[in-house]
Amino acid sequence: MDDRSKPQSVLRHLNQEKIVFILTIVLFILFSIILPNFLAANNILSLIRSVAVLGILGLGMLIVVLGRGIDLSLVATMAISVAWSLQLMSNGMSVASAMTVGLAFAVGMSLITGVLIAYAEIPSLFATLAMATFVYGFGRAHLITGTDVVYLPPNIGWLAQLGQGHVAGIPMPIIVAAGLALIVFLFLRYTKPGRFIYAMGDNFFTARTGGVPVRPILVMQYVLAGGIAFIAGIVTSTSAQAMNTRVVNSNMIYDVILVVVLGGVGLSGGRGNVRNVIVGTLLIGVLMNGMTIMDIQYTVQNVIKSLILLLAIVVDSILNPRDEQTGQQGDI
Amino acid sequence: MKKMTQLAVAATALAALTIGSVATRAEDSTDAFRGPALASLKGKTIAYLPISLGFDLAQAWGGVVKTEAQRYGINFKAQDPNWVTSAMAQGMTSLIAEKPDVIVTQNPDVQSLARLLKQANAAGIAVIQMNMQGAVQTDAYVGPDFVALGEQAAKMVVAKCGKDTQTSHKVSLVEGVPTGGVSFYQIEGIKKVFAEHPEIKVVSSQAADWDASKARAITETVIQQNPDLCGVIDVWDGQAVGTGAAIKQAGKQGQVYFVTSGGGAQATCDRLTDGTFSAVINYDAPGMGRDAWTAIMTYLQNKQKAGAIKTQIYSPLRLMTKADVKAGTCWDPEQYAKLLR
Repeated sequence: MDDRSKPQSVLRHLNQEKIVFILTIVLFILFSIILPNFLAANNILSLIRSVAVLGILGLGMLIVVLGRGIDLSLVATMAISVAWSLQLMSNGMSVASAMTVGLAFAVGMSLITGVLIAYAEIPSLFATLAMATFVYGFGRAHLITGTDVVYLPPNIGWLAQLGQGHVAGIPMPIIVAAGLALIVFLFLRYTKPGRFIYAMGDNFFTARTGGVPVRPILVMQYVLAGGIAFIAGIVTSTSAQAMNTRVVNSNMIYDVILVVVLGGVGLSGGRGNVRNVIVGTLLIGVLMNGMTIMDIQYTVQNVIKSLILLLAIVVDSILNPRDEQTGQQGDI
Repeated sequence: MKKMTQLAVAATALAALTIGSVATRAEDSTDAFRGPALASLKGKTIAYLPISLGFDLAQAWGGVVKTEAQRYGINFKAQDPNWVTSAMAQGMTSLIAEKPDVIVTQNPDVQSLARLLKQANAAGIAVIQMNMQGAVQTDAYVGPDFVALGEQAAKMVVAKCGKDTQTSHKVSLVEGVPTGGVSFYQIEGIKKVFAEHPEIKVVSSQAADWDASKARAITETVIQQNPDLCGVIDVWDGQAVGTGAAIKQAGKQGQVYFVTSGGGAQATCDRLTDGTFSAVINYDAPGMGRDAWTAIMTYLQNKQKAGAIKTQIYSPLRLMTKADVKAGTCWDPEQYAKLLR
């Protein structure tokens, strides 16, 4: 070991997740100094709250990405299943049955996606892209018959608390997101299917040879993601008092991929954890909150957001150069 | 003999009278103007291309125009670009090739369709622009005078938050798509009034992109930074639902005076009733549908060249508060959505 390798080895420990975490801390300190009220407890809560839905969707995406897949239909599933639920409620269905129907729709659609990927062996990118279009098109044509924004019906009752309530001063969306994060963490770390997902993402064929029921596990990944999308939709709609199905046309799905990738989850599967999603989500949260306080227009916000992503990738690929064996660049 | 002649004359006169009166009835209407008017309408084609068919305003305009078009034997067809500007431009290009008699459209922003609308006029197609005015004037613009609407909203806020009041004078503006006519001209009007009232502090003026979730997130942060916020203007009621939710969830209902504007769909009345909106400037979307229909009839019956007469048809405005909401004050978008299906 020569003298020069020592500082380098310290740098080598800086993986994607740590780089982003440091970036978040730097921005956080910067904003705390230059922006009045940024550090106020209420602002920190609203900062986390504003990205809670993104984080929840990120958890769904994580489960899929860990197994080398991707789910582009998350936002469509979220919007249509919840909008349909709300519409059924306004038409007089009880909250419980409407929710069941919505959840069944979300799970059913992602079940079809999973089967297409696991048994018909269609690449997840294409299968979920097609399903996103199908779910949105079918939903808008046959399920949501009025306006494309479905307002919260007055008979929604306690459910509204999921978006609007507080527990010990903490807004419910944060609590829902934290709860889900804990569940997903425990699932991935301590259950057999959770470990199987890592095994499949790491080396699909070895996992199959090793006796992992790869096809059912693949289906399960998408079903879980679909169910999580439904929860994200309930939180979104009860917070904003409406479910806007136009969100499907927005770049929200890329934001979801962004928080997952930014946090250091490898798109090639097998690497990543709930912690990565949290770190990625927090960076976006700090950025968005700071920029809103600075009254920066959203078009400019998008530019800044993409520059930060590029910065993270560049730093990562410099610190983690191309691996000749796997042909992989960087840590992402 | 003389008697016979007399009788013959009388009979002839009677016969003439009878024939005359029957002949008059055969002309089928005493209204000489109806025939040409109906003939000028029958068999014509109206193409409807709003930003999307999925929101209350477009449903009301299209629903009203389609109902009347069908009554007079006019073909009506609608396209749904579903908020995608490029799809809208494509739709407009193919419409120009198809040559309907009238295009009823809505600009996603001031510039995107401007050239195409000019081309349509040059190709002999009348163009009616709804609500979102573009950079080119065509046969008719149907919608509020948004600069005046902005001024009105701003004056209302000045009355509640201006220098004669014991408030922070802090105001937040929630824009839509900043380059969209509804947002662009309204903000122009608002800024004009605020320029005359330097005590008003605009603490935030951000775009929510017609999206209630974005409006909610922006307003939540703004209230967090300015807990003493006095007034909010949101340029469209469709996204103002989110802005209102943020005000409500911050417990600032009553403290923050919240003005918005829109087409007066049921959701607006509901938000006035539950106190989410303090006041709404209502430009009555079904009424705009009627104005568009009037413009279509005027164009088709007068047989002028497309674009020969250009009219700004400004919609009447109605200021509404909770007290104005009664059963049937607002309209149900679903009723119009059904017509367009």
